[in-house]
Amino acid sequence: MVAANSKSPISAKGPAGSLIWGVGSVLFLAFWQLGSRWLPWAFEYPKGWTIPAAQWIGQFMKWLLNEAHFGLFTFAELTRFIAAVIDFPYRIVLSLLSTGFLSGQGSSAEQILPPVAWIAVVAIFALLGYLAEGRRLALIVTGCMVFVAVFGQWSSAMVTLASILVAVPIGVALGLLLGIAAYRSAWVERLLQPILDLMQTIPVFAYLVPILFMFGFGPTAAVVATVIYAMPPMTRVTLMALQRVPSEIRDLGRMIGCTRAQLTWRVMVPTAQDALMVGVNQVIMLSLNMVIIASMIGAGGLGFDVLAALRRLDFGAGLEAGLAIVALAIALDRLSQAFVRRPVRETPQGSWPSRHPYLLSALATILVAGLAGSIVPAIQTYPVGWQLSTGEFWSDVVKWINVNYFDALEAIKNFFLLNLLIPFKRFLIGLPWLGVVAFLVLAGWRVKGPRLALLVGCLGFLIAATGQWEKAMITVYLCGISTIIAMVIGVPIGIASAERPRLWRWVQVIIDTLQTLPSFVYLMPAVMLFRVGDFTAMIAVVAFAVAPAIRYTALGLRGVDPALVEAGKAMGCTPRQILTRIKLRLALPEILLGLNQTIMFALSMLVITALVGTRDLGQEVYIALTKADSGRGLVAGLAVAFIAIIADRLIQAGAQNARLRLGISQVRT
Amino acid sequence: MTNTRTIHKLLAGCATVSALMLSATALPSLAQESDDPIKLTLHDWTGQLITTQIMGEVLQKAGYNVEYVQADYLAQFAGLETGDLAVAMEMWETTGRDAMDAATATGKVENFGPTGMKAKEEWWYPSYMKELCPGLPNWEALKDPACAEAFSTAETAPKGRYLGGPVTWGGFDDERVEALDLPFEVIHAGTDAALFAELESAYQRKAPILLWIYAPHWAPAKYEGEWVEFPEYTAECYNDPAWGINPDMAYDCGKPFGEIWKVGWAGVKDKWPGAYQAILAFNIENAEMGAMITEVDLNGKTVEAVTEEWMAANEGRWKSWIGQ
Repeated sequence: MVAANSKSPISAKGPAGSLIWGVGSVLFLAFWQLGSRWLPWAFEYPKGWTIPAAQWIGQFMKWLLNEAHFGLFTFAELTRFIAAVIDFPYRIVLSLLSTGFLSGQGSSAEQILPPVAWIAVVAIFALLGYLAEGRRLALIVTGCMVFVAVFGQWSSAMVTLASILVAVPIGVALGLLLGIAAYRSAWVERLLQPILDLMQTIPVFAYLVPILFMFGFGPTAAVVATVIYAMPPMTRVTLMALQRVPSEIRDLGRMIGCTRAQLTWRVMVPTAQDALMVGVNQVIMLSLNMVIIASMIGAGGLGFDVLAALRRLDFGAGLEAGLAIVALAIALDRLSQAFVRRPVRETPQGSWPSRHPYLLSALATILVAGLAGSIVPAIQTYPVGWQLSTGEFWSDVVKWINVNYFDALEAIKNFFLLNLLIPFKRFLIGLPWLGVVAFLVLAGWRVKGPRLALLVGCLGFLIAATGQWEKAMITVYLCGISTIIAMVIGVPIGIASAERPRLWRWVQVIIDTLQTLPSFVYLMPAVMLFRVGDFTAMIAVVAFAVAPAIRYTALGLRGVDPALVEAGKAMGCTPRQILTRIKLRLALPEILLGLNQTIMFALSMLVITALVGTRDLGQEVYIALTKADSGRGLVAGLAVAFIAIIADRLIQAGAQNARLRLGISQVRT
Repeated sequence: MTNTRTIHKLLAGCATVSALMLSATALPSLAQESDDPIKLTLHDWTGQLITTQIMGEVLQKAGYNVEYVQADYLAQFAGLETGDLAVAMEMWETTGRDAMDAATATGKVENFGPTGMKAKEEWWYPSYMKELCPGLPNWEALKDPACAEAFSTAETAPKGRYLGGPVTWGGFDDERVEALDLPFEVIHAGTDAALFAELESAYQRKAPILLWIYAPHWAPAKYEGEWVEFPEYTAECYNDPAWGINPDMAYDCGKPFGEIWKVGWAGVKDKWPGAYQAILAFNIENAEMGAMITEVDLNGKTVEAVTEEWMAANEGRWKSWIGQ
């Protein structure tokens, strides 16, 4: 990243700029090569100077859970109350979709009413698809849901769907309210920004233990964790959408005498509705990303099936459960996107039934299917006899590759490992922390100014000061190399598919799958073929992080002003020149944003890579989780967040400079 | 004790909430104890599912209300401390000791005694490796450079490669290699699944592998192989450097056999005294468990079916647990 920055727009500031970079780099190199003799503490942070942040946090958590008091009630009682409030709608949705309405608890419970029949759920999805877009979408979502049923994943999928259906509205509502608060007060906005950054970048495992203690064990805690992870984009989108509402509309609202609440809810929010739906879509997708981790703390459902299947090395079953998650994700994603695009229709006139045909037909379907289901069981529950399974097929495929091609794969792996990964790792670990922090300060100062320099300097120092430097460098190495590979793969695919709609449709399905298929599903076959270690981890990270690299490149290229391309053609540019001289240059800010997102995605995979034996901050977080040590986990999690924030701020500033230089004022989204 | 007071308040709070939420009253049960479901945790390995299912079935026969909750092996302690969860049927001495000690130290979690099963953990190799390394299973064979080389990969050569458990399992393998001066490099798998994925891969190709295997598990039943025989474990070996072959270092012996414990919320005793007695009495043996795991994981039976067979075959045993 540092190298990329030195080539980016800053050097365009003139010879003085290049000179400063040159001198900085030479000083850095000299320090690195010669400094260890005089300043050993600049290379390895002395243990005695370590800030005992882990202990502080641990003690604070203990105090919070056992002693914190608000006068009338304790902190623990407050969190338990919140848990109960969340639990109530969850139980209702779960009863509707999965367990049926029960009287009593546990094994002595009796079913009073069965859950909604599977056919009715499929039909409701189809109706929603038809309402949002038309027959095509109705077919797609029906296909997704039938896929889930056919592969025998229905009951688990409904448990997962229930927690998503509770987590998403909570995430959306909270995100919206926070976004509005930030819009109204610059002070709140400034306070909120760093918190949102932390929420998005601290690995979930790091705050899982405190959440379990606060909210109790089970689906509720999983919902809370999901909301924390999935909410930030909604807040950001809300803030951005409200800021983009044309000032004329705001003024009109004031002129006709709206109160502040009316202005917000009757004028601003409806105007920004389209943009807000983008946030809703993000919340849905991120919630589905959490399915596996949520299942580790009692959410059950598809995530649990994936974990249990891979524990038996039953790759087929793992893949089927994983693909069921993808099918749910695609159905929900396409539905929410279609609702975003849906043209505003006039409110139909007439009696209540004629105004709500869809609602009525949905209710009718539930009723009819429920009654019919009590006579014909196949309507109520998808019959076991009709289920398909790939059985041993996938295990056999992996076996066949393993037996026939292991040596070739091993040779490729060793080549990468010995020539690329290990040297790069040694290089990064050998760097003096003081030198790296100084270099970051220089970069921050050159890209933006003293404030950014101070921020990145402080964060870098804190990583060293909490004793995380070496693990942080291994993290940077793993994520850095994976990011580079993801960009090398993703950018050309983005270029190739940007202007070919049919190809793009396929690419989109593939990247959606990569983003929502739990990486565990392909991680274990990868272990069989590449053994545990950094290479396998890298494959998993690249597979996940390639999606934004492709997406943003394509987005940037499609946004290039056609007039400029025409002008290039008129001047006799070859297609190659048009691509490299015009399109790629103009798309640079988006590509940089893609790079930014690729890094964020790579960092968010750290916890998963800990499961194949890496030695980075992700492993530290994982160890802390297994030892239920909140302090240790949060400190390591914060170090990950700091790396993310440093990379994010530097790249954002770089993209901003690029935009200024190209005369584009805003990102086109 | 502020802790206990908080817990009581919490419980009171929870009880009110659940009373509000459940308009219908629970069915009367045979035992004159709490009607609330006893929450047993389920993890992601078959043996634990079977143990828990058996315990749950027995408690139901005694008239208790039982609920199964899926939970992570170590993260569950957060729930056991607060009483959100009641019983965890398998806590392995070898992997869960630290977390269990930390939890019992709070006074909110209680050790319900051994399950009767013993965890065996040791270095393990497939039988076909004996041809390349004829001195096995004696650990001294591993000191032979030719033998170590047979177990090596490009990254570790000329040293052998030993695939240890996840870092979180502990196990002192790095120390063991140093103390016994073995020409091996310890690579840590990140998870249990990764460990067995590597074994499956090597076994399919008849390729060299030396790794950490534990029992009761399906692997020793599915794959043919043996455990390396190290000098037998004693407590002194781990604590006293002078003990054993290497006078300067501890850990110059094999891994300990460990109990598999039952643990749970300390409030179980008061809330369901009869169930508490039944859980304490629960006892099952390695061989039985190994056979049941094999039935499920390799022969494709369901956990429920296997549990039912066991219940039918051992009626006298489980009836004595619940005093019938």
